[in-house]
Amino acid sequence: MCLAVPGKLMSIEGDDPLLRTGRVSFGGIIKEVNLSLVPEVIVGDYLLVHAGFAISTIDEEEADRVFALLDEIDEKNEAADNAS
Amino acid sequence: MKFIDEYRDPQAAARLKREIERITTRPWTIMEICGGQTHAIVKNGIDLLLPENITLLHGPGCPVCVTSVELIDKAVTLASRPDIIFCSFGDMLRVPGTHKDLLSVKAEGGDVRMVYSPLDALKIARENSDRQVVFFGIGFETTAPANVAAILQARQTGLTNFSMLMAIVLVKPAMAALLSDPENRVQAFLAAGHVCAVTGYADYESLAATYHVPMVVTGFEPLDILQGIYMTIAQLEQGRVEVENQYTRAVRREGNLPAIRMIEKALMPVDRKWRGLDMIPASGLGLRPEYIEFDAERRFGLTEYETAESPICISGLILQGRKKPHDCPAFGTDCTPEHPLGATMVSSEGACAAYYRYRRTAIHP
Ligand code: SF4
Repeated sequence: MCLAVPGKLMSIEGDDPLLRTGRVSFGGIIKEVNLSLVPEVIVGDYLLVHAGFAISTIDEEEADRVFALLDEIDEKNEAADNAS
Repeated sequence: MKFIDEYRDPQAAARLKREIERITTRPWTIMEICGGQTHAIVKNGIDLLLPENITLLHGPGCPVCVTSVELIDKAVTLASRPDIIFCSFGDMLRVPGTHKDLLSVKAEGGDVRMVYSPLDALKIARENSDRQVVFFGIGFETTAPANVAAILQARQTGLTNFSMLMAIVLVKPAMAALLSDPENRVQAFLAAGHVCAVTGYADYESLAATYHVPMVVTGFEPLDILQGIYMTIAQLEQGRVEVENQYTRAVRREGNLPAIRMIEKALMPVDRKWRGLDMIPASGLGLRPEYIEFDAERRFGLTEYETAESPICISGLILQGRKKPHDCPAFGTDCTPEHPLGATMVSSEGACAAYYRYRRTAIHP
């Protein structure tokens, strides 16, 4: 129910803050999405879309954190192995 | 798809699994709040990957499952009226009420329409100015701003034939209710990522401290969930109690401020009944007096209903993490997704439906 899917903002239409919409590409499938909850977005941003609304932006720098954590763990384990 | 596929990498998952095994020294019981995560966990067999002494309890985080029977009965009443077009997310159509579900109303000639967004219902209202259009406004904090946006648009464009059956529920009061139950077994929470995308998680810090339970805001892909579990176990093992954020690509501590302002503009906390958990104070959102004209219960004069649920169904205990679906005698026999007795068998995010779909072997003979 709280499913929200990431997509890339391709274009923005309208200036009324409530009615502003964007065309968002979900792996090539384009849908119209309401942008009233993410007034700051610009074309090219990745958005998290739920029930026809963008509810958040995807922070591309933070997106690698999962993998950075894995590398950190590996380094720590290696260091521990070398120390023992 | 970008920001999905990379979080399904089996090799990275195997590394996280090994790491979880390495740091786990004691049994721990963790609850994932969100039904979307329950679905992902059971579908991907994440619970089976974990060390045996880690128990995942499936929480009440599926709005379809916790919407009260009374509200379903009210939806059925409204949808049966010839002057009303009743719009709902598809999942709600097969949730059993006291006497019937919305799908049977539709089969009997009621004008029930499935929509993906409250804006679809608004469009239907514009195109049918001679009929009343009611949207079944279910959901958590994730969906609340969308519902409000639809109401604000209706007001802005002077639409007088649109209203909403208000059913928004709030996650934090439910977590507090579970934690204050003397029989509570939950030692830590995976907090719901998309709820927190809207609300942030600063509010959870006092809850974590009061009940001494670590929480990790967690995403929905397999690697997100495994990492969330890893971070949770790390806190438990080290005796830390913090609210941490695994889902940093989508969730900020303060949440989405325009969305929070949107909610506050038209909605305020109200007491709400949860299916399986009873009444929880201030656990729902209702319309503020300035917007009360959009309240469908008010518009159509609905009052309190007597309700009844299947006496066999134990979905209440399942939603509280006290029982698992296969503890229910009806699971997979009298109760299936085609003929659900309880809401947790209807929605694909309900624990019963998830177990039925992906764990058929566990069904009673
Ligand atoms: S299997 Fe069906 S009857 Fe049993 S608890 Fe789940 S929903 Fe209720």
